[in-house]
Amino acid sequence: MTIDWLHDIAGYRHHQDFHKARHLHSGHGSARTVASKGARREIQVVRRVLDVNEKMAQHNRRLFAGKGVFVLNMMSSPGSGKTTILERTLAEIMPRIPSAVIVGDICTAHDAQRLAGSGAPVVQVNTDEFGGDCHLAAHVIEKAAAGIDLAAVDLLIVENVGNLVCPAEFDIGENVRVVVLSVTEGEDKPVKYPLMFRQCQAALLNKIDLLPYLDYDKQRAVDYIHQVNPQMPVFEISAQTGQGFDAWIRWLEKRSGATDGR
Amino acid sequence: MHEMSIAMQVVEIAVASIPPDLKGARVERVNLKIGKLSAVVPDSLQFCFSVAIESTLLEGAELFIEEVPVLAACGRCSHRWTIDAPVFCCPQCRSANLEILTGRELDIESIELYQEDENDDRLAP
Repeated sequence: MTIDWLHDIAGYRHHQDFHKARHLHSGHGSARTVASKGARREIQVVRRVLDVNEKMAQHNRRLFAGKGVFVLNMMSSPGSGKTTILERTLAEIMPRIPSAVIVGDICTAHDAQRLAGSGAPVVQVNTDEFGGDCHLAAHVIEKAAAGIDLAAVDLLIVENVGNLVCPAEFDIGENVRVVVLSVTEGEDKPVKYPLMFRQCQAALLNKIDLLPYLDYDKQRAVDYIHQVNPQMPVFEISAQTGQGFDAWIRWLEKRSGATDGR
Repeated sequence: MHEMSIAMQVVEIAVASIPPDLKGARVERVNLKIGKLSAVVPDSLQFCFSVAIESTLLEGAELFIEEVPVLAACGRCSHRWTIDAPVFCCPQCRSANLEILTGRELDIESIELYQEDENDDRLAP
């Protein structure tokens, strides 16, 4: 069995019609005959559990590419500073790069309210409407994106639900994934959550303005990131002071220049 | 905790995989493969599965999970090894150019049915 590593992943209980249309006849013919009395039978299925999401993500990717929109999926644990990073990032790139934001939280529209000041269209997704999920799935993004004029946007930033585990498993149709790690968390987060750091193409090490006040071994954190993902660029930033943002913004501009960047 | 979404997806796929002529059969077992690099906790998935199968054609079925090790191949020296710690570079030549061969699975392999009587359609919808 071959698996496409970059494009595997994710599903959801939604889209029943979509699911049924594709999967109703999945028995692969191995059980065409009626079992006799007391029969035991194994039916081969051989399917990725999350392929409904995977197909939806590919649909999203085609939709975004068709509109010339580059999609960034930003992920981290709660409280690492994603929203503050986005506030400052949008202030730097808007209106030069017309951008929009989809922000996911389990509850509240607080992040959307904070980001609204940027001038970018912001769609808040609360996953409690979708079962209180700890991540954004592809169909949620499709629904949220329907509320954005994609033709007027070049960059769509998705601020995922704060969580280093589940969002790594769910492709949403993005072009690039960025993980945020802050220096108030443990240095060993990358080796505790290796899938997240394998799945992302860049890491932002945030809150470095706090380093003088912390017992934090920054080099150790960077080494751990590279242990899991040796070629990953790491941008040391402070969303509070703006330190390190030049390099991050340059990288983002370069990556978003091509929508086939992934 | 995305195991509930995954469990519900497993149930949906497994139910849709029951051939129409075997709708009356009892599903005894669902066989799943989970790679060690997947962000899925088998124990949590077991619990969620036991909840998700209630009032479905899978009621009473057990979930069998085969965990798949993370196998990698070096793109430079072709060395193959099992990754059992979060270190993703070749232990022989230190190259970071590696291909993950297995370990990201999250696949339903098969379902096992038992049919007591071919005319038994008590479980049919």
